[in-house]
Amino acid sequence: MLCLRDVDVHYGPIQALHGVSLEVAEGQVVTLIGANGAGKSTVLRLVSGLIRPTRGEVLFEGASLARVAAHDIVARGVSHVPEGRRVFAGLTVLENLEMGAYLVRGRAAIRAALDEVFELFPRLRERRGQRAGTLSGGEQQMLAIGRALMGRPRLLLLDEPSLGLAPNLVQSIFGVIAGIRQRGVTLLLVEQNAHMALRVADRGYVLETGRIVLHDTAERLAADPNVRAAYLGE
Amino acid sequence: MSQQLINAISLGAVYALIALGYTMVYGVLRLINFAHGEVFMVGSFIGLAALSVFHLPFALAVLVAMVGAALLGAVIERGAYRPLRSAPRLAALITAIGVSLLLQNLGMLILGAAPRAYPPAIDPAPIAWLEERAGVVVTRQQVVILAATAAILAGLSLIVSRTKIGKAMRAVSEDRQAAQLMGINVDRVIAFTFCLGSAIAGAGGVFYGVYYGTADPLMGLMPGIKAFVAAVLGGIGSVPGAMLGALLMGLVETGVSSVTLRVSPSLVLTGSTLRDAVAFAVLIAILLLRPAGLLGRPGREKV
Ligand SMILES: Nc1ncnc2c1ncn2[C@@H]1O[C@H](COP(=O)(O)OP(=O)(O)OP(=O)(O)O)[C@@H](O)[C@H]1O
Ligand SMILES: [Mg+2]
Repeated sequence: MLCLRDVDVHYGPIQALHGVSLEVAEGQVVTLIGANGAGKSTVLRLVSGLIRPTRGEVLFEGASLARVAAHDIVARGVSHVPEGRRVFAGLTVLENLEMGAYLVRGRAAIRAALDEVFELFPRLRERRGQRAGTLSGGEQQMLAIGRALMGRPRLLLLDEPSLGLAPNLVQSIFGVIAGIRQRGVTLLLVEQNAHMALRVADRGYVLETGRIVLHDTAERLAADPNVRAAYLGE
Repeated sequence: MSQQLINAISLGAVYALIALGYTMVYGVLRLINFAHGEVFMVGSFIGLAALSVFHLPFALAVLVAMVGAALLGAVIERGAYRPLRSAPRLAALITAIGVSLLLQNLGMLILGAAPRAYPPAIDPAPIAWLEERAGVVVTRQQVVILAATAAILAGLSLIVSRTKIGKAMRAVSEDRQAAQLMGINVDRVIAFTFCLGSAIAGAGGVFYGVYYGTADPLMGLMPGIKAFVAAVLGGIGSVPGAMLGALLMGLVETGVSSVTLRVSPSLVLTGSTLRDAVAFAVLIAILLLRPAGLLGRPGREKV
């Protein structure tokens, strides 16, 4: 479904990715783990078109995204929940969700998407008239995910959904991720919490200073002594 | 007193119509569109042509001016600002000033520098029964202009708060990248914002022309700056802020105009000479005391 081929990314003089190749098959959950600054968010920004590769290519369903504007990538079925939530603080919860459905045509379809998101996050239904900036961190994370789901993506890019959440909320976010997967959405998940990520994922890639150093099934990565030492804190 | 209040509100209304364009464009682009006063001027001249050359009724003339100004806004955005979208902020700012000067000089070239008489499209005589009963001089003109301004402001508020494109404008104002991730075509939203702000300024241009009876190519300068001050006063980027700021500017200016300062026998400062100085004093005071403006959210990125 998604394929990166030998991609380099530069931020000005800084090279953030070095020849990164990875693949996400339809229906899978793939996780990307790595230390701070390894380039995980950069990979997601690359897929959603916020930044462009200096070498290599990004293919979505076989077509290159090189010349596709970020908003048109959304139209192709890719939603990106960016790092740090980035909800529209001055807009209400409902308005944020409506923005997530910006490209969805028809009131009925938007209504249906909204019901689905409210079912997934009942808290958002209660808070729908509230300005997003006044939500708690966990609620904002739910809103960020719900907003991305409003567009009914086929590929969902999640950047550290559990960051800064209390342990029980982390559990429920991963529960939600499993639920999203059951709806047939493909996921590329960036996580600091490698424990949880490897538990929910089918495959994983390990990124170190802009290079993929390891990739395998999630099970085998979780059993790998190097991974255990570096990312699972054992 | 009530007389002054009515004059202040009339002036504030025109400022509001201009200030909204500054504030909305700043919201989506973080750019002060210095050519905005000239859009107001061009709108005024389009209205003048519609009234005195084509003899259109007032409402239609306003509409034509709004459409013309919107087109001009779109052309300015497309031609001058979009190519600079990823250039340094200063380049866009200098371009904005350049466009402003270009339009002023084009105006002088085509129309000459002398002011043109604006047809009194609406009866400028005071409404007799109000003068008799309440002792206030309110003209039919003022009433019509205020009502039209109120309608435009209400329509705009509705667009910004209720419509899909209005919500997209707010989303782009808050976080352009996140808006892109929603599938919002940011370029289109920015173009729409320019059109909307310009249309409103165009209407303001017609009202101003009718109210003061003249139009000239440099007429956008002072009202443009005052409206800009109003937008900063209210909190640039905030739509209700711009309306509030404009009203306050109208009040301050009208208030100052009515005083006379006798510094010495040879130096008498009348309100009309002080007026502009006060406007800028207000700007400096806000920047010092409350940089985010009255309704602005503090801590946001500034020019
Ligand atoms: N806009 C930018 N300008 C310059 N350098 C950047 C920019 N964004 C990221 N970088 C650099 O690129 C590298 C990768 O950043 P990235 O955000 O992808 O890391 P990450 O793996 O997501 O880290 P974290 O776990 O801390 O979120 C870092 O060294 C970072 O400093
Ligand atoms: Mg990151």
